[in-house]
Amino acid sequence: MTATEPGRVGDFATDFDHTDPAWVHDPYPIWEDLRGRCPVAHTDRYGGAWLPVTHEGVAAVAYDTEHFTSRSVVISNVKPGPLDLPAPIGLAPPITSDPPFHAMARRLLLPAFSPKAIAALEPMTRQLCRDLLDATEGRDELDAATDYAQHIPLKVIIGMLGFPQEDADIFRRFIHMVLESVNATAEERLAQIENGEIDAYINAQIDDHLAHPRDDLTSFLLSAELDGAKLAPEHVRGTMVLLMIAGIDTTWSAIGSSIWHLGLHPEDRRRLAGEPELLPTAMEEFLRAYAPVTMARMVAKDVELEGRTLHEGDWLLLPFPAANRDPAVFPDADRVVIDRADNRHAAFGLGIHRCLGSNLARMELRVALSEWMARYPEFEVSDPDAVTWSAGQVRGPRRIPIRILR
Amino acid sequence: MQVHVDRERCQGHSRCYDLAPEIFDVDDLGNAFELGDGTVPPELHDKARLAQTNCPEHAIEIRED
Repeated sequence: MTATEPGRVGDFATDFDHTDPAWVHDPYPIWEDLRGRCPVAHTDRYGGAWLPVTHEGVAAVAYDTEHFTSRSVVISNVKPGPLDLPAPIGLAPPITSDPPFHAMARRLLLPAFSPKAIAALEPMTRQLCRDLLDATEGRDELDAATDYAQHIPLKVIIGMLGFPQEDADIFRRFIHMVLESVNATAEERLAQIENGEIDAYINAQIDDHLAHPRDDLTSFLLSAELDGAKLAPEHVRGTMVLLMIAGIDTTWSAIGSSIWHLGLHPEDRRRLAGEPELLPTAMEEFLRAYAPVTMARMVAKDVELEGRTLHEGDWLLLPFPAANRDPAVFPDADRVVIDRADNRHAAFGLGIHRCLGSNLARMELRVALSEWMARYPEFEVSDPDAVTWSAGQVRGPRRIPIRILR
Repeated sequence: MQVHVDRERCQGHSRCYDLAPEIFDVDDLGNAFELGDGTVPPELHDKARLAQTNCPEHAIEIRED
């Protein structure tokens, strides 16, 4: 196992690092530069990884489940060997599953995340947003990330899983451990993951649900069957981890990036305040321009990609946010056009792993933005330099100081 | 105008159902299909084209007579 060399990246074409401060601060010029001269970058960091940056390259990988496996979707210094992960389920099914198991595991969850099932959660989400805004009433300064965006998906997912709302802080810590500490050394990361805290927490929730079944996703998973048999305990635990990890940081990032943009672009903010019916279109443009999620794959079989030869066992970073900025597909790709009509963006991925929670995320984003704009149509980012961004494969603002204009 | 959702390509992004529920619906798994025989009345042609140009999977086929 190769430890990551500490230190800043010189050339992203040959030594990229998605946790480098330059990437974390503003990855778009880096991808634009690579698109012109690579277009598949490589790094020896993390034990060796590739990076396509064109829409064509990203799509080619997303659609090719023969040469690319999903069994490890977060690149870190702990690179799994061929026998380290429970194929075909993976650690967090179905996101870490490959065909044909993937389709079965996914089909089980799809009804709970269909547009019509998600619509039932809208009134509760709207009330949650109003309560958060009520708590900021009367203040001239607030933080759109920590006072607002962060709490919305967290509370919604905790509610869907049927966990105690007061456990929100425990959730936040787990998520940080998995998604934002990827550049910790292998030893640190293994120690964090293997100290058993996540497993112990989830086991306690499972025991409670077994003793007191109720109408939530945890009880659903515990009673669900595949091929006439109950799900394996590691399948249930893995899916619960997936819902905790994938459903929170991501949506929090999308809500935060949208408010951040509006707080820096008064012309867009005023237009949206005056034309609330534009929100569904504007929201898709925010998802395109500031897509939070970069996935990862491992090469399952040697394969050519845009002129490079990728070898079995190599990591590959799959940046949907870079695909969304490709000028070959999106005219004026680096400009946010809030009434962009044609928008085939890939913020929720492409192919069989399309984000399972995309209907939930879209509902949360739409409700969060409409409630924010109704309450605070006049606001600005008070200190743009104080905005901080998360490092790793989920990108979003973690501090957004806002001044309410009155 | 006639629309058709290619069920092999559709991955359930629900963009068509969001943009044009008069033309498309989704099943219990969230996968899309065209309503009826897919015939689109003239006043909904623009909506059908909008659904097509927002489908990330290129799953919507339109036949214009």
